[in-house]
Amino acid sequence: MREIHVDQITGAVREMCMQACYDLPEDVAAALTAAREREESELGREILGELQENIAIARERRVAICQDTGITVVFVKLGQDVRIVGGSFNSAINEGVRRGYTEGYLRKSVVCDPLERKNTGDNTPAVIHIEVVPGDGLHLTVAPKGIGSENMSGVKMLVPALGSQGVIDFIYEVVERAGPNPCPPIVVGVGIGGTMEKAAILAKKALFRPLGQPHSLPHIAELEQKSLERINNSGIGPMGLGGRTTALAVQAEVYPTHIGGLPVAVNIQCHACRHAEKEL
Amino acid sequence: MAKTITTPLDEKTARSLKAGDRVLIDGVIYTGRDAAHARLLEMAKKGEPWPLDLQDQIIYYVGPCPEKPGQVIGPAGPTTSGRMDLFTPALLEKGLRGMIGKGSRSPQVVETMKKVGAVYFVATGGAAALIADRITASELVAFGELGTEAIRRLVVKEFPVIVALDSDGNDLYKIGREKFRVAV
Ligand code: SF4
Repeated sequence: MREIHVDQITGAVREMCMQACYDLPEDVAAALTAAREREESELGREILGELQENIAIARERRVAICQDTGITVVFVKLGQDVRIVGGSFNSAINEGVRRGYTEGYLRKSVVCDPLERKNTGDNTPAVIHIEVVPGDGLHLTVAPKGIGSENMSGVKMLVPALGSQGVIDFIYEVVERAGPNPCPPIVVGVGIGGTMEKAAILAKKALFRPLGQPHSLPHIAELEQKSLERINNSGIGPMGLGGRTTALAVQAEVYPTHIGGLPVAVNIQCHACRHAEKEL
Repeated sequence: MAKTITTPLDEKTARSLKAGDRVLIDGVIYTGRDAAHARLLEMAKKGEPWPLDLQDQIIYYVGPCPEKPGQVIGPAGPTTSGRMDLFTPALLEKGLRGMIGKGSRSPQVVETMKKVGAVYFVATGGAAALIADRITASELVAFGELGTEAIRRLVVKEFPVIVALDSDGNDLYKIGREKFRVAV
């Protein structure tokens, strides 16, 4: 049994909140650069240029890339041979969020009750997903999620007979409905299979895969490629003002499902595709 | 070439701006988003006076990050405008001349804009650190308890925006998209 103290978790989450908000992952920055070279719209190229400049400023000054520093989503892979000591695991994560957002000058965007809507003042609680895995490791992914793009996401329970074409059509429908609102260029996370909530979690997880790396299953890679082409033919473009770069990537994950079902979740992620990872 | 405009923005200037124009704004603009809009409408309903005069002013839909020591304001990019659509016609009727945000607007907003002669600008969503550099002063006007959602008076210099909807109802989202759509 390996022991991990909660203070270590709090410290790591604090750091990762700041890092994720200040420093866009290299693969996302590179995808923006490549998109700018390809973009046919002059205004589109200018916008992509502004985004590149913005990334550089944020990195250098250690300020947030985007003022919507999101609600904090934390994915945990907890080794079954790990014992957490010194306090509650979830509280340790939330304390890390509290410190990261307060000490890092990040915006607090979380309201306590979804209907009464009073700000909690410290961006807690985080949305925490825990998966127990073999071994004695502890892997944390911190992903601040802005609401502009999250609001444009969708889930649909398809009829299995619709097959991959049905999935592609639904992905397109969601992107089309989103239009300019989620700050395109976007990254499209897709979860296929499982149950309603499983598909949604897969869709979010798909966003953390290295950008543009196709799925290992050929038929899923093909679905990703076809969806991306269709989305980039839509004309929506950077910020929705017209152009060929609407999405940087479509990334799908799959899971076994019921004989009678084909759940599909589409999680829309803006170009501020922020996440930080750490192995403790 | 970008046009430079100085606030306050009169009706004539607003009507001269066309969808697709690139504009640099100099002068004063006000911040306000969901909660501030809700408060203003609540006050209007009760017959209470507003804490600011909107005549010929521009509202920027933004909820900035807290500023680090020595900064005027934290990162401050636009938020999705559509959430303000239910409130906007009432503000336009009270003289609001311009709005800065991102994303499309409702037909009701467009109709009122045409009637009163107002303009809707968009700024680059997510370019928050870059945009904050064009803000030279920030001062609280009202609803301080709303934190990031309070109404602030900002002084801006060469604040970069694009006209997305003009007072004739032309919509750059539609025009731009049509140009680059590939028929399949
Ligand atoms: S959608 Fe993304 S880039 Fe746009 S404002 Fe929200 S968090 Fe920022």
